[in-house]
Amino acid sequence: METVDEVAAALRRTGYVCDDSLAVVVHLARRMQRPLLLEGEPGTGKTSLAEALAEALDQPLVRLQCYEGIDATQALYDWDFPRQVLHLRALEAAGAAADAEEAEKGLYDERFLLARPVLRALQQAPAVLLVDEVDRADDEFEAFLLEVLSTYQVSVPELGTVRAATPPLVVLTSNRTRDLHDALKRRCLYHWIDHPDLAREVAIVRSRAPEVPEALARQAAEVVQALRHEADLVKPPGVAETLDWARALHHLGVAQVDLDSAARTLGALVKHREDTDRARRALARMVAR
Amino acid sequence: MSTVPVHAPADEALLGLARAAGDAGVPVTPDRARGFLEAVATLGLGDRAATRQAGRATLCSGPEDLARFDAVLDAWFGAWHDGDGPRAAPSAPPPPTERRAELAPDAADEGGDAEERLRATASGTEVLRHRDVADLDDEERRRLAGLFEGLRPVAPLRRSARHQPWRRGTVDLPRTLRASLRLGGEPARLELRRRARRPRRVVLLVDVSGSMGPYADALLRLAHRFVTASSGPVEVFTVGTRVTRITRALALRDPDRALAAAGDVVPDWAGGTRLGESLRFLLDRWGQAGLVRGAVVVVLSDGWERGDPDLLGEQAARLGRLAHRTVWVNPHRGKPGYEPVQGGVRAVLPHVDDFLAGHSLATFADLVEVVRRA
Repeated sequence: METVDEVAAALRRTGYVCDDSLAVVVHLARRMQRPLLLEGEPGTGKTSLAEALAEALDQPLVRLQCYEGIDATQALYDWDFPRQVLHLRALEAAGAAADAEEAEKGLYDERFLLARPVLRALQQAPAVLLVDEVDRADDEFEAFLLEVLSTYQVSVPELGTVRAATPPLVVLTSNRTRDLHDALKRRCLYHWIDHPDLAREVAIVRSRAPEVPEALARQAAEVVQALRHEADLVKPPGVAETLDWARALHHLGVAQVDLDSAARTLGALVKHREDTDRARRALARMVAR
Repeated sequence: MSTVPVHAPADEALLGLARAAGDAGVPVTPDRARGFLEAVATLGLGDRAATRQAGRATLCSGPEDLARFDAVLDAWFGAWHDGDGPRAAPSAPPPPTERRAELAPDAADEGGDAEERLRATASGTEVLRHRDVADLDDEERRRLAGLFEGLRPVAPLRRSARHQPWRRGTVDLPRTLRASLRLGGEPARLELRRRARRPRRVVLLVDVSGSMGPYADALLRLAHRFVTASSGPVEVFTVGTRVTRITRALALRDPDRALAAAGDVVPDWAGGTRLGESLRFLLDRWGQAGLVRGAVVVVLSDGWERGDPDLLGEQAARLGRLAHRTVWVNPHRGKPGYEPVQGGVRAVLPHVDDFLAGHSLATFADLVEVVRRA
């Protein structure tokens, strides 16, 4: 994977259809050893890019799902207190604890260290580290991430510093529910993933759900594209929804999308009550055309 | 990172491009510019599409920036076409001082009598603070703009889900146990904790419809102060016939540039007012996602609603339930003889916690205080 084209080809082999600009940023992220910040509507393939990258590079994928209140002990490492206490008790019972200092040293051993995703990624490097939905975490956590991402090392006071032999490829995703701090953004390469155009969406469906026949995939993608642009939905369907919907249609043995089959499978496509009505009306308009 | 091969003239040209992008509002910083050079060097020089990709990845930090950068790039490379696709915005990079939609008076026809005028009103800073901003002339508006610096918004606080060590409060079990573990299981002193304090989000909704025209400039300056000077998160939306998020535009430090940037993003200056629908859109799109939930929401509007007052009332009730505190600021409230008789105002008032005046700098200072205590 030394050129942009090779990156695109390798990703395509894993079933991830990416456009040229995305391949360029991935290539840059690898060459410049910078984290990759992906933003875009939900369901446009931000998370699956990291999965595809791990597969294409044949490296382990380490995933850190962010949420409100996440802190360093959940991202980096924690000591396994109960096991440490058990260890002490065991020493006591065996009467082996002759040297107190030895016993204490034994407590801060690697086997009592719970490696959380970031530390794990550094230990297993080369690896792909996915920091998913970083916009859900608090600002403090961003500052902490920034520290790790700029040095690719973590220091555990009792053990020493863990440094990655080769920096992991870091992919951060954000749904833009809030603006990330500029310092973090500056550290990263930025890419906005848009909804794909028709040809690419058909290619994605064909590649991810090969059991769906070409004609059905095309029809489904056409309908979704139209819904996205015309129907004014609360939550326009993403590619993930297109995939679900195409699979749902296929499972029902539909060969040709019509109003009836579309209405029956709408639950795979839109997930809001208001949207169901709007999508149904838009579908009726489309069929009438 | 410093192993970038140096092509001095090319690098200079690229840095110039980065600077031009910065002038157009893309948040370019020196390290970003360096990353840009490195990216171009990685992809190879002389390919415009590659330069575009490099700039988009390294200089931009949001979807708004992408279009800006594309425009600058096209202007920079001149109008040559190399089959790069129609992605670029068709217009030239917007110079930051144009299209400002009657925000600030134009400084072009400033005569020599300015100084004299200044002396005449020199006694009047305090007077100016209490004057209705709609009645000011251009010179007074300019002086008032400087006084906005004196507003110091402070974010209200909420209790966060997490705890912090404290002198009093409830027993912090994990810390107490850890402390005792350190002493070999001996019961040590009790560690205490309380719920931590976090700044509460403030959401400003600025009515930019035609009837609010004389106040738009002052209200946006107030919003700009909130965005740049407040100690906590602030979001600003304009409402009129549509809802536009202008937080990012207002984040520019210089107020005049920020207002110009806001002028660029808002499509419905001085249009009609469909507050009810706007509120519904806002709550559907952002309220559910948690932006309004638990926030202090300040609506700056005269409540002259062209749409259905019932819808407005319904949505105001929804807003009131979602928000921690709802403050309605009406520029006409402070005027003698004002009665809240308009349909919109009447529909909204039952769901509002504070109903304030908002026509002068002094009333804006009151608002800042109300928000701080919310």
